[in-house]
Amino acid sequence: MTTISSQIATPAPTYDPHARISGTVWLKANLFGSIWQSLLTVIVAAGLIRFFWFVLDWGVINAVFYTTDPDVCRAATGACWAVIVEKHRPMLFGLYPYDEHWRLVLMMVIYLVTVVISLWPRFWNLRLLVPLWIFATLSIGALMFGGVLGLRYVATSEWGGLPLTMLLFTGTVLIGMPVAVLLALGRRAPLPVARGVSVVFIESLRGVPLITILFVAVNVFPLFLPAGMEVNKLLRITVGIAIFFACYQAEVIRGGLQAIPRGQYEAAQSLSLSYWQTTRTIILPQALRISLPAITNHIIAAMKNTSFVIIIGLFDILTATTAVMQDPLWRKFYVEAYLFVAAVYLFFGYALSLYARQVEKWIASGRI
Amino acid sequence: MIKTKVVGLSIMASLMLGVAGAPMARAGSGDTLAAVKARGEVLCGVHPARHGFAAPDSLGKWSGFEVDFCHAIAAAVFGDASKVRFVALSSQQRFPAIQSGEVDVLARNVTATLSRDTALGLNFAPPVFYTGTGFLVRKDDGIAKIEDLDGAAICMAPGSTTERNVAQIFAARGLTYTPVVIENNKQLVDAYVTGRCDALTKDKAALPGVRAFDTEDPSAHIMLPGIYSKEPLAMAVRQGDDNWYDLVKWVTYATFNAEELGVSQDNVDEMKNSEDPDVQALLGVIGDNGAKLGVDNGWVYAIVKQVGNYKDIYMRHFGPYSPVALDRDQNALWTEGGLLYGFPMQ
Repeated sequence: MTTISSQIATPAPTYDPHARISGTVWLKANLFGSIWQSLLTVIVAAGLIRFFWFVLDWGVINAVFYTTDPDVCRAATGACWAVIVEKHRPMLFGLYPYDEHWRLVLMMVIYLVTVVISLWPRFWNLRLLVPLWIFATLSIGALMFGGVLGLRYVATSEWGGLPLTMLLFTGTVLIGMPVAVLLALGRRAPLPVARGVSVVFIESLRGVPLITILFVAVNVFPLFLPAGMEVNKLLRITVGIAIFFACYQAEVIRGGLQAIPRGQYEAAQSLSLSYWQTTRTIILPQALRISLPAITNHIIAAMKNTSFVIIIGLFDILTATTAVMQDPLWRKFYVEAYLFVAAVYLFFGYALSLYARQVEKWIASGRI
Repeated sequence: MIKTKVVGLSIMASLMLGVAGAPMARAGSGDTLAAVKARGEVLCGVHPARHGFAAPDSLGKWSGFEVDFCHAIAAAVFGDASKVRFVALSSQQRFPAIQSGEVDVLARNVTATLSRDTALGLNFAPPVFYTGTGFLVRKDDGIAKIEDLDGAAICMAPGSTTERNVAQIFAARGLTYTPVVIENNKQLVDAYVTGRCDALTKDKAALPGVRAFDTEDPSAHIMLPGIYSKEPLAMAVRQGDDNWYDLVKWVTYATFNAEELGVSQDNVDEMKNSEDPDVQALLGVIGDNGAKLGVDNGWVYAIVKQVGNYKDIYMRHFGPYSPVALDRDQNALWTEGGLLYGFPMQ
């Protein structure tokens, strides 16, 4: 590889990519090549400067960063970031009892540490991960529910804010991914029954809006249960979102399955591997790798679907913000509050996509 | 490696399911009071975010006028106003929620109407808040009465009784208008403030807040005088459980009667020694009102002590020191020219 490319590169001196180009030449070539290009450059530059000046002027220079008096904000011409300071507790933690917020902070730390460790290939080892997840699940459960070790019991109807968003998202992915893989395999399975069930399941659920599925999970599902029995609403809605997620994800994975050359199956058969052996060791690892970008795409979308929990009256970070910003004294500054929520979503969404890019690199380098 | 992870994740998932699947006592049709007592808390359906009526405060605690009535029911049943669990309900969700027994009582900005009482299978307690459709307009536009709004663009929320009321109000007067229908409350208000419509129509009780906090210059906006529709907001329970309905009804009357008899949160302990037989009966010193309703005889004492009489509750959320001060108008006692008339508690 190296020898060939250097042989081609050396005898062609006409264009040297490393040659220094003077500023004016670069400008002329890229921004002011023709009259139209120049005009466009000027217009875009003016727009950008205006925009950034506005951001600076509104968001920093004239902004109020800290005050407990809404009138100070009202008098200022810039942003009122103080509203975030004032309202951050109910925005981040929803209706969870105020005195118990430390439990949520601790829960988020445990959660994030567990997730970060689990995502690192170096730690992909059952002897580490199984105890870690058992510990994380038990401690998060104990912190969220309470009722043990002298912690006050908190019903799921009082859960809220960012921890709720995290739990719903995790629940969606953890329940949804295995279901998605099974559905994708089912759709291409040699058994007609499995194929039929998967097709009907995927197509019927994919054909209705998420809100309909959630409405069924919340309002219709209880009618089928024997009297007096009830499945927790938070669980119902998590499963609802997860199944919806799984139907779309199944189709993404099917795309990966279809991209695998026939030869792979034949090679596996010639080694007399069983269907499950073939699927587990040969087909799925390749299919998941192929469809990874699309899978990630969908996982990020799932994170944002979690805000549908308002249907059951739970306050995730977005709904909690909407509710808290009804306060007439502060509601004028709702844009600032929503920008904060957007920043939180962006942080997690961007972290996910960075991780996915890293996974693609690991795959390319053969590390996983 | 991937396999390892999938197995780990499945274990995690099944563990989470186990933790989250705790059952919950629920009151279907039948004896709601017994179900509430067995559960140890009242399930109260409230508005998810309407400041003054029900919204989480800066500490994330439910606060508001209707929230306090939920507390009053809890105080009557348990002698402890805190034993209530709030369920935030959207306008579409509120009726299925009460019908299915997901909540015991609805204190969620529900206007009592005939069809809701009958077709939806509800029973309405006495209204706790009388309001109606109001219009906010700009002073500069020279609009002084509803007729001046002929041909105007009017901002309103969809699916509410307000939307239908406006249609009727305008049709009755042979006027035309262009509705600008916006779901999100903040966007709705902004549409009016930025001049997209000539008038904003909302519940009368909500307009002073808009005027004071959402407009640049409150003095440039006025509310049209007059009453254009009747909106009695009342607590609702399921039809078919008379005992529970009685309790909710008499909790409401108790707050009216306590105000009428001058029994307030501040003086309720002294009033226990009152010579007035009405006060004695109210506070359970004599008689057996509580036993007849199936609760402790000190039920009104608990309501007034922990939550307050109607005036205490009203002033807490709409009084002169609250951000959105509202005159009592129709929401005053009948003795003061209002519509609140508590039935005798004998």
